[in-house]
Amino acid sequence: MPTIKIKLNGKPVSGEVEGRTLLVEFIRETQGLTGTHVGCDTSQCGACVVHVNGKAVKSCTTLAAACDGADVVTIEGLAKGTELHPMQAAFKEHHGLQCGFCSPGMIMAAIDIVKRNGKNVDEKTIRRELSGNICRCTGYHNIVKAVQAGAANM
Amino acid sequence: MASATGVGASVRRKEDLRFITGKGQYTDDINLKDQAFAYFLRSPHAHAKIKSINTAKAAKMPGVVGIYTGDDVAKDKIGGLICGWGITSKDGTAMKAGPHPILAMGKVRYVGDHVAVVVANTKEQAKAAAAAIQVSYDELPHVVDAAKAMKSKVQVHDEAPDNRVFNWGLGNEAETDAAFKRAAHVTKLDIINNRLIPNAMEPRAAIGAYDSGTESYTLYTTSQNPHVARLVISAFHGLAPEHKLRVIAPDVGGGFGSKIFIYAEEVVCVWASKHAGRPVKWTGERTESFMADAHGRDHHTKAELAIDANGNIIGLRVHTIASMGAYLSTFASCVPTYLYATLLSGQYNIPAVYATVDAVYTNTAPVDAYRGAGRPEATYIVERLVETAARELKQDPAEFRRKNFITQFPHQTPVIMCYDAGDYGAALDKALSISDYKNFAARKAESAKHGKLRGVGFSAYIEACGIAPSAAVGSLGAGVGLWESAEVRVNPIGTVEILTGSHSHGQGHETTFAQLVSDRLGIDINAVSIVHGDTDKVQMGMGTYGSRSGAVGMHAISKALDKIVAKAKKVAAAVMESSVDDVVFKDGSFTVKGTDKKMAFGEVALQSYLGHKFNTSEIEIGLKESAFHDPANFVFPAGVHICEVEVDPETGHTEIAAYTCVDDFGNLINPMIVEGQVHGGIAQGIGQALMEGCTYDEDSGQLLTGSYMDYAMPRARNMPSIANFKLGFTCTPCPTNPMGMKGCGEAGAIGSPPAVINAITNAIGVREIAMPATSLTVWNAMQAFGMKKAAE
Repeated sequence: MPTIKIKLNGKPVSGEVEGRTLLVEFIRETQGLTGTHVGCDTSQCGACVVHVNGKAVKSCTTLAAACDGADVVTIEGLAKGTELHPMQAAFKEHHGLQCGFCSPGMIMAAIDIVKRNGKNVDEKTIRRELSGNICRCTGYHNIVKAVQAGAANM
Repeated sequence: MASATGVGASVRRKEDLRFITGKGQYTDDINLKDQAFAYFLRSPHAHAKIKSINTAKAAKMPGVVGIYTGDDVAKDKIGGLICGWGITSKDGTAMKAGPHPILAMGKVRYVGDHVAVVVANTKEQAKAAAAAIQVSYDELPHVVDAAKAMKSKVQVHDEAPDNRVFNWGLGNEAETDAAFKRAAHVTKLDIINNRLIPNAMEPRAAIGAYDSGTESYTLYTTSQNPHVARLVISAFHGLAPEHKLRVIAPDVGGGFGSKIFIYAEEVVCVWASKHAGRPVKWTGERTESFMADAHGRDHHTKAELAIDANGNIIGLRVHTIASMGAYLSTFASCVPTYLYATLLSGQYNIPAVYATVDAVYTNTAPVDAYRGAGRPEATYIVERLVETAARELKQDPAEFRRKNFITQFPHQTPVIMCYDAGDYGAALDKALSISDYKNFAARKAESAKHGKLRGVGFSAYIEACGIAPSAAVGSLGAGVGLWESAEVRVNPIGTVEILTGSHSHGQGHETTFAQLVSDRLGIDINAVSIVHGDTDKVQMGMGTYGSRSGAVGMHAISKALDKIVAKAKKVAAAVMESSVDDVVFKDGSFTVKGTDKKMAFGEVALQSYLGHKFNTSEIEIGLKESAFHDPANFVFPAGVHICEVEVDPETGHTEIAAYTCVDDFGNLINPMIVEGQVHGGIAQGIGQALMEGCTYDEDSGQLLTGSYMDYAMPRARNMPSIANFKLGFTCTPCPTNPMGMKGCGEAGAIGSPPAVINAITNAIGVREIAMPATSLTVWNAMQAFGMKKAAE
């Protein structure tokens, strides 16, 4: 089996992968970082979103082998020590989560939305761009509020 | 007294930190040493006899540890899955339940039915080996449509002729018939409450582990009620006695009812772990969630409302066919009966109500409680009928409702329930005001300028939460009591652990429960931790569903806190050398009346454990109390939803233009969390009304909506905008619990579907439209209506 080397949350890591190994499997199973979740089999729900070379990707439909040499950031890599990323803090402040299962993917997707659309991203854009992330608990109301607030603080 | 972290404050959630930093511990995040992986081979047929299962080739595949089938289940005498609520038919016979083995025995009854399990070193190996199992099936005809089940020649279970599990009735038939005879107006509707798939974002998962040294099992599982899972697995599956089985439900990623039930996969993982000699882990794929999680709703109803010449509702008559799916799930039978027909009086003074229900087997996944469970179905019928009647009588739907509202409490309905408190007119007034109903015509005109059809729809829901008391539910057929337990452990330095039988899977108990304790004991909220979801820590509990954890679970905590304060007073009195009758506990301090003697809660806690300053033969060392609480009655949240939609006549596309919801949940512990529950419930209701619909193909019996590409989940863009989604509250405190609170978890999902559908029918001028009212459905309804108009 080939070995890949990636930078995971700032730290160089390596591990053996099969050709079919998914990035999410490499993150969760090989590296033991379980904050990134798998909510579906069809690349629809977005619970698995991580950043690869600064862009949000669904790690359940990304081959680990294709990420050799990449810079990967997961939900575990956002906070600086005990200081939360502004988007994490906004999700807590605005009650943008309930069961928490979709939250890592939501937060990673939200940061990407702000990076591409700016700090003043409007509600309509946020709602459209969250199409790839499903939440069953919140009705999205407080997630959208959190993304707006997090954006302003990023 | 409201403090920044006490009861009534929107305290930010204590549990959030681990979830937003990726430190949550869901079942699939747990890995046990030397674990093997399970994969279930499922039926590709809706109905078939199993002629043979050949596992020889699969058993030789790489990494396979074991393959088990129904024969092995029979050999080990592992009991089948049970339905814990017995329903008696009108003719006095018991419900007709067929067997529900944990792996199929001789027959499969729905697409997704569990046929065999492969345990292997890796997930991939288990899956590959499952594909190599050769099953020879003899296909049988099937029935997937509940409305056709009783007339079908298909026999799902031998035990239930005509596929009828029970034929049940509630209410007064003769009085209801008489009301219809004297009615001046009768409104009739045929209503289908569309079948839904719950779709908690965390797929179900389980890890079974057998310890041969202690001859005991541990089960990690995605459960809303781990203690009931332990009880059932012990008592009915016979795998291990309760003291040899520990069930842990760690962080659980949403439930909405679907994780109440005991499922085959959990039992199989426990059972197989002993055979395999290794922990056995199963994590469901989303497709398995669609196929084999218990579904919701699927009611087919004929309903009629009788109104007298003065516009008073005088009778309601309902006949419902409810799909149970292919097997009776854990609480399936109580959903279309005692959780449904008991709410058919709605918020209205209806002197005569009569409901009959035929529950039928179909070749589909089992159907059981899904957010609201019976109450959304009842509310949908009542609120569609009432709105339609108001339109037929040319009355304002708000005022027609107001005229018929119950105004005196307590109110005994003709269908068991005795509503304890409420002010339905107040909620209606507030909703009319928040939604600016009086200017609806102006908004409609504005929408018309943009080529859109605007409509408004109402819904005045009532629900019953905290099913109770135990003796009453027992007399109605429940196999369990519906109380809750709590234990309060005060540590020597005055911090507190609360052990609760409730289970949080998104509800925020770690925060709201701590708010109550912080208030009552006058200690910092961060000095309180909530322990739940582990049968080795919490002695017994009934779990979380039916919006019960506030009214029932917190009441048990409140009772245990009373005992703590009483005991601490004795210790404080002894230490301060005074009579216990003179000790006052307030704001976290014990004082002696008429003196300046004072001890903080923490000091008394320490003294309780030191035992230096009191007679330990009179006062026991320590500060730990527990309580079981059995409620005196259900609690009755109620409220009003007003939905405005804009329909594009060119495409039938419907947008929720504005949504207002006013709820009476009694006193609120944490308004932020309550609002979150309402938002989420309404999203699921909007999903049901506009998008979601579980579909089985009639010809093949296949599940056509088996992934997120086929089953339309509500997304952020389908919800009303922040500015146009407005919540409000009224408050009539519940008289049967000291917090004065009702339940808030399901209300949104109960009240919203009729509000949305009433708005659409108002917008496009049709009488009826089916859920989900997709663009195509709305467009078709408009075309049919247009043709009808043209023909007239």
